[in-house]
Amino acid sequence: MRPEPIGAGFVPLERSRGFALLGSAAGAGAATWFYVIAALVVLVAFPVGNLVVPQGSALHVSDYAVTLGGKIMCYAIVAMAMDLIWGYAGILSLGHGLFFALGGYAMGMYLMRSIGHDGVYHSDLPDFMVFLDWKAYPWYWRFTEHFWYAAMLVVLVPGVLAFAFGYFAFRSRIKGVYFSIITQALTYAAMLLFFRNDTGFGGNNGFTDFKRILGYPITAPATRIVLFCTTGAVLLACLALCRALVSSKLGRVLTAIRDAESRVMFSGYNPLHFKLFVWTISAVICGIAGALYVPQVGIINPGEMSPANSIEIAIWTAVGGRGTLIGPVLGAAAVNLGKSWFTQALPEYWLYALGLIFVVVTLFLPYGLAGLFRRRAA
Amino acid sequence: MNRAIARARRARERSRSNVSVDGRLLSKALDTSHRAILYLEDVSVSFDGFRALNRLSLTVDDGELRCVIGPNGAGKTTMMDVITGKTQPDEGRVYFGQTIDLTRMSEPEIAGAGIGRKFQKPTVFEHHTVFENLELAMKADKRVASTLFARLDSAARDRILQTLELIRLVADAKRLAGLLSHGQKQWLEIGMLLMQEPRLLLLDEPVAGMTDEETVRSAELFLELAGEYTLIVVEHDMDFVARIADRVSVLHEGRVLAEGSMHQVQQHEQVIEVFLGR
Repeated sequence: MRPEPIGAGFVPLERSRGFALLGSAAGAGAATWFYVIAALVVLVAFPVGNLVVPQGSALHVSDYAVTLGGKIMCYAIVAMAMDLIWGYAGILSLGHGLFFALGGYAMGMYLMRSIGHDGVYHSDLPDFMVFLDWKAYPWYWRFTEHFWYAAMLVVLVPGVLAFAFGYFAFRSRIKGVYFSIITQALTYAAMLLFFRNDTGFGGNNGFTDFKRILGYPITAPATRIVLFCTTGAVLLACLALCRALVSSKLGRVLTAIRDAESRVMFSGYNPLHFKLFVWTISAVICGIAGALYVPQVGIINPGEMSPANSIEIAIWTAVGGRGTLIGPVLGAAAVNLGKSWFTQALPEYWLYALGLIFVVVTLFLPYGLAGLFRRRAA
Repeated sequence: MNRAIARARRARERSRSNVSVDGRLLSKALDTSHRAILYLEDVSVSFDGFRALNRLSLTVDDGELRCVIGPNGAGKTTMMDVITGKTQPDEGRVYFGQTIDLTRMSEPEIAGAGIGRKFQKPTVFEHHTVFENLELAMKADKRVASTLFARLDSAARDRILQTLELIRLVADAKRLAGLLSHGQKQWLEIGMLLMQEPRLLLLDEPVAGMTDEETVRSAELFLELAGEYTLIVVEHDMDFVARIADRVSVLHEGRVLAEGSMHQVQQHEQVIEVFLGR
């Protein structure tokens, strides 16, 4: 019998058998069930519980729960996008909040235009522009009254920015912590830019007081449920898309880049193209999540671009378990449920709790929450 | 083992005709009409004033098994870096065959043109299985879109199996490469190079850390590969070099000090001085 070599104890998470439940190739059947159950919860239980079951019933789902659930699913999409580049390709972005916010702002522009004359000043222009004494929309607001155009911006603005930034960063072979710091600086710079009133995005206050979306009143229960279900469907679609990406040969090249980039290069692959591809997809997914987030929470402001927000995204992903896709979804949900409980019950202790969670996960759950499933199966 | 090599060779010949390669590379086919496959001419590289290569000139013939020896800091690894595009030479010319100018190409382009490189420290994809390591290395269209939609056909599967036989890792095909022993990793890396269907193999200390038995096996393997491939082996283990080398080039202070058979260079005055420090 061959003696076990050094390092034999370490088995990367995504290969362990217990993980089949969460959608590896071997457990395709279990994964399908997971998707079906998740889809039922999101697309049936919440709408029926909110709209059909009467208030006061134990099965009633409150409006608050619908909004919170929708918000958390948006965060989950972002965490998954983060996992795609961090867990699989080894690129840690600390600026992903920027792409989220840009998608949100693009949607916000459309929602602002949909207010029509119902603002405080009853003007053609949004209130903040009236306040600044502007007489007309700046050029970059053109066509944003059309939903299709705003939807295009949601995809294109984060996508093009990520592509251009990624091209120069990856071409210069900027890696590791240097890359993380630059992304952090990027989102910080964007935040300062959006804080300015003369940038034309509402400055400090951003966009808020939305009235309707696609002609429907934005606060109506039915509208909120449609937004909630759309978010759930997008979450499942992103999960399926990311799963397909990482289980393709391209996914294996990405993990190879993470583990031994020079070997990848000398094998004839150009890492620049692969990183740029997955980086841009990740940014676009974040943008879409941001666009779904804004109509549900009713506000977008430059605070979303603050470095702390982007770092939190990384925490959700680490807590959930990197390189598992489903883990970050759980992580985003767990951390944000904790956050909303704490900010009501013990508001001043939330940051301590967050710090504690991060330490505990790092020390005892190297594979995050997703690792718990594996441990139980093993 | 001979049979495995012959089969791998036949499969390679079949696949050469139908694998589509990046257009740029195909347009400049390797021309070895003057026998030589690699030319380095007056190549110099400096790092912060230190001349790692000093007007180095070296020619390697097609099908040759060339060993490169020399003391630490002689420029052996820098030479490999220049050939594979990792380091740009300050001056000098580097040609692959008659027509392919390596100084104008990136690392992936050079790999695609047919130069495979094994690192000093075995570098394999530790979180992938042995099989997947070979799959990723296999010659194919390696652009993003074709990689995304790539499917493994049975011919490709056969080629991987043949290589597994050659490097004696059939039983370990489904294990993670990170769990292999040091010597097995060295072989896996060589297998990965062979999957690329290169013409020229650069092997940096390929038997470092191998057991005696593994070293003997490696010597056999390299001798069989020579002829079909061109090999340049950098090695410190003199017994190993003596066992396999056709011709030996001795590098010292960034240039070739002596060249010839192992016996010839061992008699060379300056070589003795350099190695024994007299």
